[in-house]
Amino acid sequence: MRQRPADRELAEKSLRYRRSVLKWIKHAGAGHTGGSLSCVDILNVLYNRILNVAPDTFGDPMRDRYVQSKGHSVEALFVVLADQGFYPEAELETLCRYQSHFVGHPTRKVPGVEQNTGALGHGLSVAVGMALAAKLDGAPYRVFTLLGDGELAEGSNWEAAMSGAHYNLDNLTAIVDCNTLQITGRTHEVMNNEPLDEKFAAFGWAVRRVDGHDFTALTEALEKPLEPGKPSVVIAMTRKGRGVSFMEDVGKWHHGVPDDVEYAKAITEIDEQLSAFGEEVPA
Amino acid sequence: MSAPAPPMHSAAAREIAEALGLTLGRANLEIFAETLLELARANGNILAVTSDSRGSGKLGPFGKELPRQIVEVGIAEQNLVGIAAGLASAGKKVFAVSPACFLTARSLEQVKNDVAYSDQPVCLVGISAGVSYGALGSTHHSIHDFAVLRAINNLAVVAPADNHEAAAAVRHAARAQTPLYLRFGKSALYDLPGRGAPFVHGAARVLRDGADLAFIATGETVIHSLLAAEYLARTEGLQCRVLSVPFVKPLDEGAVLAAARECGAVVTAEEHMVHGGLGEACAALVLRAGVSCRFRTAAFPDEYTVTGSQADIFRHYGLTMEGLAQTALTLAQSSAARTA
Repeated sequence: MRQRPADRELAEKSLRYRRSVLKWIKHAGAGHTGGSLSCVDILNVLYNRILNVAPDTFGDPMRDRYVQSKGHSVEALFVVLADQGFYPEAELETLCRYQSHFVGHPTRKVPGVEQNTGALGHGLSVAVGMALAAKLDGAPYRVFTLLGDGELAEGSNWEAAMSGAHYNLDNLTAIVDCNTLQITGRTHEVMNNEPLDEKFAAFGWAVRRVDGHDFTALTEALEKPLEPGKPSVVIAMTRKGRGVSFMEDVGKWHHGVPDDVEYAKAITEIDEQLSAFGEEVPA
Repeated sequence: MSAPAPPMHSAAAREIAEALGLTLGRANLEIFAETLLELARANGNILAVTSDSRGSGKLGPFGKELPRQIVEVGIAEQNLVGIAAGLASAGKKVFAVSPACFLTARSLEQVKNDVAYSDQPVCLVGISAGVSYGALGSTHHSIHDFAVLRAINNLAVVAPADNHEAAAAVRHAARAQTPLYLRFGKSALYDLPGRGAPFVHGAARVLRDGADLAFIATGETVIHSLLAAEYLARTEGLQCRVLSVPFVKPLDEGAVLAAARECGAVVTAEEHMVHGGLGEACAALVLRAGVSCRFRTAAFPDEYTVTGSQADIFRHYGLTMEGLAQTALTLAQSSAARTA
């Protein structure tokens, strides 16, 4: 069992992740800024505290699995996988460029990615299949997937939810990055899916709603199944654009790319927070 | 429940089949289920995943004997394919079994992304394919599947023509490291000549040689092409080549081009819409290669599809021996007129 980094260390990592997400989106001139920033803390906790996934053991059949169903928040995933050592972060220079494997959604061409996603409503079914395989084999690994709250309008999620409970997949945890915004506006105005807790509970899932930017709360919700015999769903309440004052909870940053002034302002905000850690600010 | 079906083959066609020494086998669907059960007995890693389709897929005995190797997802084809991809990702050899009409339409995005694009080696099994469910209407026809699946990278599209090809295709799929789609009908089929011939990925089989005209056919139309070839030999003295093409994709380009070059006249046959199937694949290939040949496609036209039994529909659209022979004869005569 590896050493668990402290909250303070995770907080610093999240700042660096956010800085990198912005840097590479700015460099690429494209990306899903708001949703990547909303899920950074979730990915941080998953990869640094929960998942037994590492570059040198990625071929191990007993590794935990992570499927990013909300594939558009790929920049956050790419940055976290680089930090985990799957590839040098400098490779993100090629993000969205001709013939790069670092495209705008995850693909298995990128080391550390389990499944190609990007069309919404797919990851949960795939994760159910992986978790079911573990049960059939009596294998101990766990399967995690990250869904968007807007994504839950896709009906296939509810087919998958039904089957996860039917097969008692307590080795499966779905995390909803519930930033309450989608491209058109507030999720509850576009297509209301609340009360999500009751919906998942009615489908036979163990449910916990947490602050999706609280490392301790996320860790407690993710470190073990919420309830034996049931799949878990962690509804992580997040803010789109989290970490940059003028992006937070503002819909236009769904796939907005900051201009030079906005970028400088965002980086300055993050660097000010990073300097509080007494660390050297990256170039 | 189904209405009494007229025989697929006319008395004349049955007589020719008998003269050729062909014997009536069973439905490919039954062969699929039996072969899969046999393979799964020996390999506990093989799973059948069904969407309330184990009965239609003839997998009842499989489910009884190997209950831990069958995964039921209920009537949820999108979830069927997504779960199949997840199982395959975790190392299972998965056969995802559902009526072809739903599997290749309702869950097309899962086929495209979760299986083909993600390179998960799932075997997608379209049961009661083509117009097997002819009388149930277009909801239950899969005459679009070749077209949509051919347009997806990293997916082989396979339509076996007889029990031999069906069993070989299932064994081939069990070994495959890449995604495949297998299509099975539920009518009894004649066993074609050349049983025991190797079943090679992407290879067509020459069932009968000839140089006057070539039938290039796939799936359940192959037998009708073979009978038409014999009928034309008897009545017109024509020597027709017959190619069985189990792999609609990847296409055996060498065999198709050789047929076009050496015969100069080609009739393709398939249980599919005229758009995007075997016929158009062959036509494009021949054109690209600069081969000049007379060409006809026997397939369902782009119209509100007539209903009835599979036999009724084949007869209506000229896919039985008589219809194919007529199409071929017209083409051969026009070729002859042109070269005279």
